[in-house]
Amino acid sequence: MQHKVIDVSDVVIRFAGDSGDGMQLTGSLFADTSAIYGNGLSTFPDYPAEIRAPHGTVAGVSGFQVHIGSDHVATPGDYCDMLVAMNPAALKANAKWCKREALILVDENAFDDASIQKAGFKTENPFVELGVEDRSILVCPITTLTKESLAESGMDAKAIVRCKNMFTLGMACFIYSRPLEHINAYIEKKFGKKHPEFVEPNKKAVFDGFNYAANIQAVPNTYRCEPSGAAAPGLYRNISGNQAIAWGLLAASEKSGLPLFCGSYPITPATAILEELAIHKSLGAKTLQAEDEIAGICTAIGASFAGDLAVTTTSGPGLALKSEALGLAVMTELPLVVVDVQRGGPSTGLPTKTEQSDLNQALFGRNGECPMPVIAAHSPAHCFDAAFQAARIAVEHMTPVMLLSEGFLGNGSEPWKIPSMSEYPAIKPPFVHGMLAEGEKFHPYDRDPETLVRRWAIPGQKGFEHRVGGLEKTHEGVLSTDPVNHETMVRERAEKVARIANDIPALEVLGKADSELLLVGWGGTYGHLLSACQECGDVAFAHFDYINPLPANTAEVLSHYKRILVCELNSGQFAAYLRSQFPGMDIRSYGKCQGQPFLVGELVKVINDNKEE
Amino acid sequence: MATLSVKDFKSDQTARWCPGCGDHAVLAALTRALPKVSQALDYQKERYVVVSGIGCSSRLPYYMDTYGFHGIHGRATAISTGIKVANPWLTVWQVCGDGDALAIGGNHFIHAIRRNIDINILLFNNRIYGLTKGQYSPTSKFGAITKTSPYGTVEHPFNPGSLVLGAKGTFFARGLDVELALNEEIMTAAALHDGCSVMEILTNCVIFNDGAHMDISDTAVRADSTITLRAGQKMVFGANGEKGLVYDGKKIRAVHIGEGGYTMDDILVHDPHADNIGLHMALADMKGPDYPVALGVIRDVRDVTYDDGVRDQVKDVMKKSQIHCVDDLLRSGSTWEVK
Repeated sequence: MQHKVIDVSDVVIRFAGDSGDGMQLTGSLFADTSAIYGNGLSTFPDYPAEIRAPHGTVAGVSGFQVHIGSDHVATPGDYCDMLVAMNPAALKANAKWCKREALILVDENAFDDASIQKAGFKTENPFVELGVEDRSILVCPITTLTKESLAESGMDAKAIVRCKNMFTLGMACFIYSRPLEHINAYIEKKFGKKHPEFVEPNKKAVFDGFNYAANIQAVPNTYRCEPSGAAAPGLYRNISGNQAIAWGLLAASEKSGLPLFCGSYPITPATAILEELAIHKSLGAKTLQAEDEIAGICTAIGASFAGDLAVTTTSGPGLALKSEALGLAVMTELPLVVVDVQRGGPSTGLPTKTEQSDLNQALFGRNGECPMPVIAAHSPAHCFDAAFQAARIAVEHMTPVMLLSEGFLGNGSEPWKIPSMSEYPAIKPPFVHGMLAEGEKFHPYDRDPETLVRRWAIPGQKGFEHRVGGLEKTHEGVLSTDPVNHETMVRERAEKVARIANDIPALEVLGKADSELLLVGWGGTYGHLLSACQECGDVAFAHFDYINPLPANTAEVLSHYKRILVCELNSGQFAAYLRSQFPGMDIRSYGKCQGQPFLVGELVKVINDNKEE
Repeated sequence: MATLSVKDFKSDQTARWCPGCGDHAVLAALTRALPKVSQALDYQKERYVVVSGIGCSSRLPYYMDTYGFHGIHGRATAISTGIKVANPWLTVWQVCGDGDALAIGGNHFIHAIRRNIDINILLFNNRIYGLTKGQYSPTSKFGAITKTSPYGTVEHPFNPGSLVLGAKGTFFARGLDVELALNEEIMTAAALHDGCSVMEILTNCVIFNDGAHMDISDTAVRADSTITLRAGQKMVFGANGEKGLVYDGKKIRAVHIGEGGYTMDDILVHDPHADNIGLHMALADMKGPDYPVALGVIRDVRDVTYDDGVRDQVKDVMKKSQIHCVDDLLRSGSTWEVK
């Protein structure tokens, strides 16, 4: 049988296995290979909170979905064209994500009776039980084949079996016509120095998997997803949201001339930002792994007082711990970027799953009248610009700024056309200049009449000695419990943040601008909402990167529409916020709290349901 | 050479502590010590940052005409750490109370000591919560009767010295509010110490814990109930120096010189720079009625500091790395060209 080569414009592949099976690596190598090949790309790692959950159980299944396309792809895809299931539990957890015509590849060796039972199947045939027996199912003895492939490798039996993910990757590369060069280079780089003995066996496993898939007659078709060439010329790279935030902050450090300081405590799914910054000391970044979340932000506030571009990174529970110190940063009016890579909550919640449910916490989660700008990133690559803007606003407006990301963005990745730093503006800290006259004192809370921004005097500058702190003060920086002074300061702090609206881009409307229905989103749902908007073809779509303050034209944009449908991964927090800002408008809410991103299909349905009155 | 006076360090704000509060004396010692420190190290005034948490003592930055940061409860140590890491050139003085540093801020306190970050921590210990009007603190004596322990506490107090040395602190000194000259001496030594310096100053709270340290501060008993340790000097105490500390092979003992066969030759000589922490621990732990309470610099040893480590690592990586600007970074690793 000669297999057919079919050209496709996009394809979704889901790798799933036990949390120790190396599925995250397999998926990201496949994604990186496709990115370098020139495909559009979006990835979605979906893994359990436990490092090694009980072997062979549904709870321990780790998945990685990758969507590749000839052109730009906006989401990791709702359903997959191919599912790789390394054991029965992986099949059980993921069969529902298969398209009707999907190809399912399983490791025959892992489908023994005991494993089928452990995965919670009640019958002997998992495929029938799941109702996927009509799909193309490729049952291959992957473990046995990997053992045979590496029998002469000199590695011990355990290490050999661990290479079965590489064998599978080789098979997937054949089926989707992917070159192996990048994978080989990665293996050389990863093992070359420390474990040179692993280099050849891993490469061989990939190579043998590729050839095995080519030789067996069972692979019905292979697919080609050639880059269309429509991508703008330039240099590209694949980038994850967490990496992009770290780099965006480094870019802001360079453009402001302020050394970067990051005080953070490890927390899923934000840790990778701290790890990434720790690598880049060559750009002057100082990272302090603090003793707790509170120390993370308080060291950052100290560093900001001393003149660094200060950052703290966290996720929901960590942000809760930082609340009191956020108020201190608001009160002392010092620049600070607080990154919250949101996860499912409340409390410990769903540490590895995505959600947008920290919006209320970001906007309101502090004691007192405590306004803070809030910015949200909308895609993995956009995290770079969002972090840069968060830092710019923090420094130029002397305020802490909350940057909201999400697990979906932080761990997900997409190709990014590498910008030149010359395209980015200089960031100008409102430093004090010159010397004070003899006997004159620096007044820390005197404000710029236009922006209400205070000036920044860094310790070490002669003559500008002053005190700041959490207690209410006068413009002169003197402690005061005077009723009128307090109200004045409360209003000035709020007005200062509100006037940032003059320094951010206007809200844009995409899709069919003159529709009756406006689809609204914020943050990491952008790709799904845009896809749904395009698929429907007859709705308008506005996506908010700036949450507080809202873009200056927000009221004007919203007032054009009869109905506004806000879709978000929480139970309607942004919808409620918009209603409070713009009472009287028909603002509807579609919320989802499953720890999973939207599906384009479900959005299309809810849009259609809201088209009529 | 910096010539600064007491006046240069005093702000125009009137100290609002209660009349008779021990904090006034500590402020006086600090404003006297800093001109001397400035002269010894050639520091200008703008180089000083005074940081505090929350509590009576934490109002101190407002009374100093230096850069100052009045933080939130317990977090002064973390704020100081950030300031020092951001700019190691600054000299950071931190003020905190027993509740601030050892209860709500206990975690930051021990980790600053563990890291040996070069900050100077003044720990005002009055064994009570003063600003909240009289609740017991982590240093209140077992059984202390306070507003939140009307029948006496049932918890053991921290000895800050043991805590600091247990965390392998490189500098610990103890002062007493009424010993102005000694406090000034301790503060100067702390300033000269490269690393985390903790100065416990035993202070009186006239309102909520009057006589907090009366058992050692009262002039009638002070000579017998305290011993002031100085480097290279014999560990003697008593009104006429008639008592001293000896080591009997198992532990230190307080003895009368000339009695029980002990002569001046047996009396220990204080060496705060000795690496061995055991004797310093024993000295810091001493309390009545068997021992005098040790005052002065108990331990002062050198070790690498955190702020130097951070700075040197950044310099080192800068030298070795191929990435010198963000444009380099963005183009590092795997990239591809679309033509």
